[in-house]
Amino acid sequence: MAETKFRNRRQLDLLGLLPFLAYVVVFLGVPTVSVVVGAFQDDAGGWTLSNIGAAVGDPYLHAFVVSTEISALTAVIGAVVGLAIAFAVSASPPGGVLRQVVSTASGVLAYFAGVPLAFAFIAAIGSQGLVTKWLGALGLDITGFSLFGFAGITLVYLYFQIPLMVLVIFPALEGLRPQWQEAASNLGASRWQYWRLVGGPLLLPPFLGALMLLFANAFAAYATAAALTNGIIPLVPIQIAAVMSGNVAVGQENLGNALGLGMILIVGLALAGYAWMQRRTSRWLR
Amino acid sequence: MTAVVDLSATPRTAARRKLGKGRVAAWLVLIIAALYFLIPIAASVEFSLRGVHDTHDLSTWENLFGQPGFLDNLVTSLELAAGTVVITLVLMVPTTAWVHLRLPRLRRLIEAICVLPLVIPAVVLANGVLVAFRGGPSWITGTPVILALEYVVLALPFTYRTLDAGLSAIPLTTLVEAGRNLGASWLTVLLRVVVPNLRTAILNASILSAAMVLGEFTIANLLLMNTLPVWTVQAGQQDGEVATAASMLILIVTWALLLLMSVFGQRGARRTGRSS
Repeated sequence: MAETKFRNRRQLDLLGLLPFLAYVVVFLGVPTVSVVVGAFQDDAGGWTLSNIGAAVGDPYLHAFVVSTEISALTAVIGAVVGLAIAFAVSASPPGGVLRQVVSTASGVLAYFAGVPLAFAFIAAIGSQGLVTKWLGALGLDITGFSLFGFAGITLVYLYFQIPLMVLVIFPALEGLRPQWQEAASNLGASRWQYWRLVGGPLLLPPFLGALMLLFANAFAAYATAAALTNGIIPLVPIQIAAVMSGNVAVGQENLGNALGLGMILIVGLALAGYAWMQRRTSRWLR
Repeated sequence: MTAVVDLSATPRTAARRKLGKGRVAAWLVLIIAALYFLIPIAASVEFSLRGVHDTHDLSTWENLFGQPGFLDNLVTSLELAAGTVVITLVLMVPTTAWVHLRLPRLRRLIEAICVLPLVIPAVVLANGVLVAFRGGPSWITGTPVILALEYVVLALPFTYRTLDAGLSAIPLTTLVEAGRNLGASWLTVLLRVVVPNLRTAILNASILSAAMVLGEFTIANLLLMNTLPVWTVQAGQQDGEVATAASMLILIVTWALLLLMSVFGQRGARRTGRSS
């Protein structure tokens, strides 16, 4: 490997990327490829489609349905509420305290996922929770509301979905120039017409993009649900974890890989949609 | 998935200020949101302060550090955070600087590679690590070393973006050529010219990765490693108050780090604003 072998500088320059590329290949590429390849292998290493068949079969198909439902529901509610908050903040004076508080809070709260979030909600509306006790003192019994079911998970996921929406949509909302609204009203448009014909169509791509980002975010989440429910709710990541810890029939060791492949496809598709919408938005933003 | 964004920096909305009904609705939305976001935090604090028979005291917090395993796992998590930051900086500062200097046409490609970890959910990555490195050397795969190595990957989307933005903001080529022309070696230029000029970006990248590592549960749990979040969930099965106090501790440290970053970011923004 003498250096004279590299005739031009460009090839030498590319060598500088070697440590980075090697690192990513070993610690991201190899695990990912072994999941994808393993999804099509049986326990002896031969090729098979039975893992895929099992993954879209009865107990696991249900997990994909529940995961999709929760992700879609928290994405839609999170996006609508996040947009409302962003609107409320954009009506406040620029440079004010409110903006500062909401921007810092959103950045910090979007990180508030996983274990601490689960325990915070147990402390609030679990059977011994603060809110449960308050409402109990008022004669309102909410101990029947299970944090560990569909509604509970939805309520908890919104805690990180809404701040993420505020962070993602706010730049687009602020990018709508007041001049466009003034131009519209000078031409005789009502507020409603401005939003239907100018503001709405401009905000639609970033809104749809954010919706897909939120969907992917919820679909990939594991820690919150695992800490909250101890693995009772049948979400896809929880099922993968169960397969990994060996709670599965003999001959299905590679089932986890097939479920993982399914997750990669769904999350990848949603994020690709987000990236595509982002590119459309960046045409008029700034 | 997100960094602290400064929403107050945009001056365009004065004309859009609403009056009357609109303002009332806006405040209503914000107050309900504030309640939703504050109540679980307040409840956590209250829960961790509960004593016997409906009293409140500091006993849970006083006993927290004496809980079996707590201190060991806290130390493991702190070491993981430090290790992840060191590997990240050693790998990514030279790489991003090199791309800016010599391979600017590959910036989009490198960015795309760095965003890839977002597409692979942590559960799937953990599964892949288990499958791929089953026969690996046990001092890596059997110890938290493998966690630090994978956390570097998980943090790539944030760290690359932060360092890339930092490099775009300085006249890198000029600085490096000046250093080289004065006879400095590449290493000297990197350590004494590039790094000092990038200190805010390096600090931010470090804080983002450390905050992520301190709260990471998925991969640690699935690879059967003991870290503070894993310990917290296990403790929660016996004693909810101890687990809540431990999770509050994780939260306080994480938020303190993020707030620190936000403060430094604003100071940096003001400084550049004044000098330009």
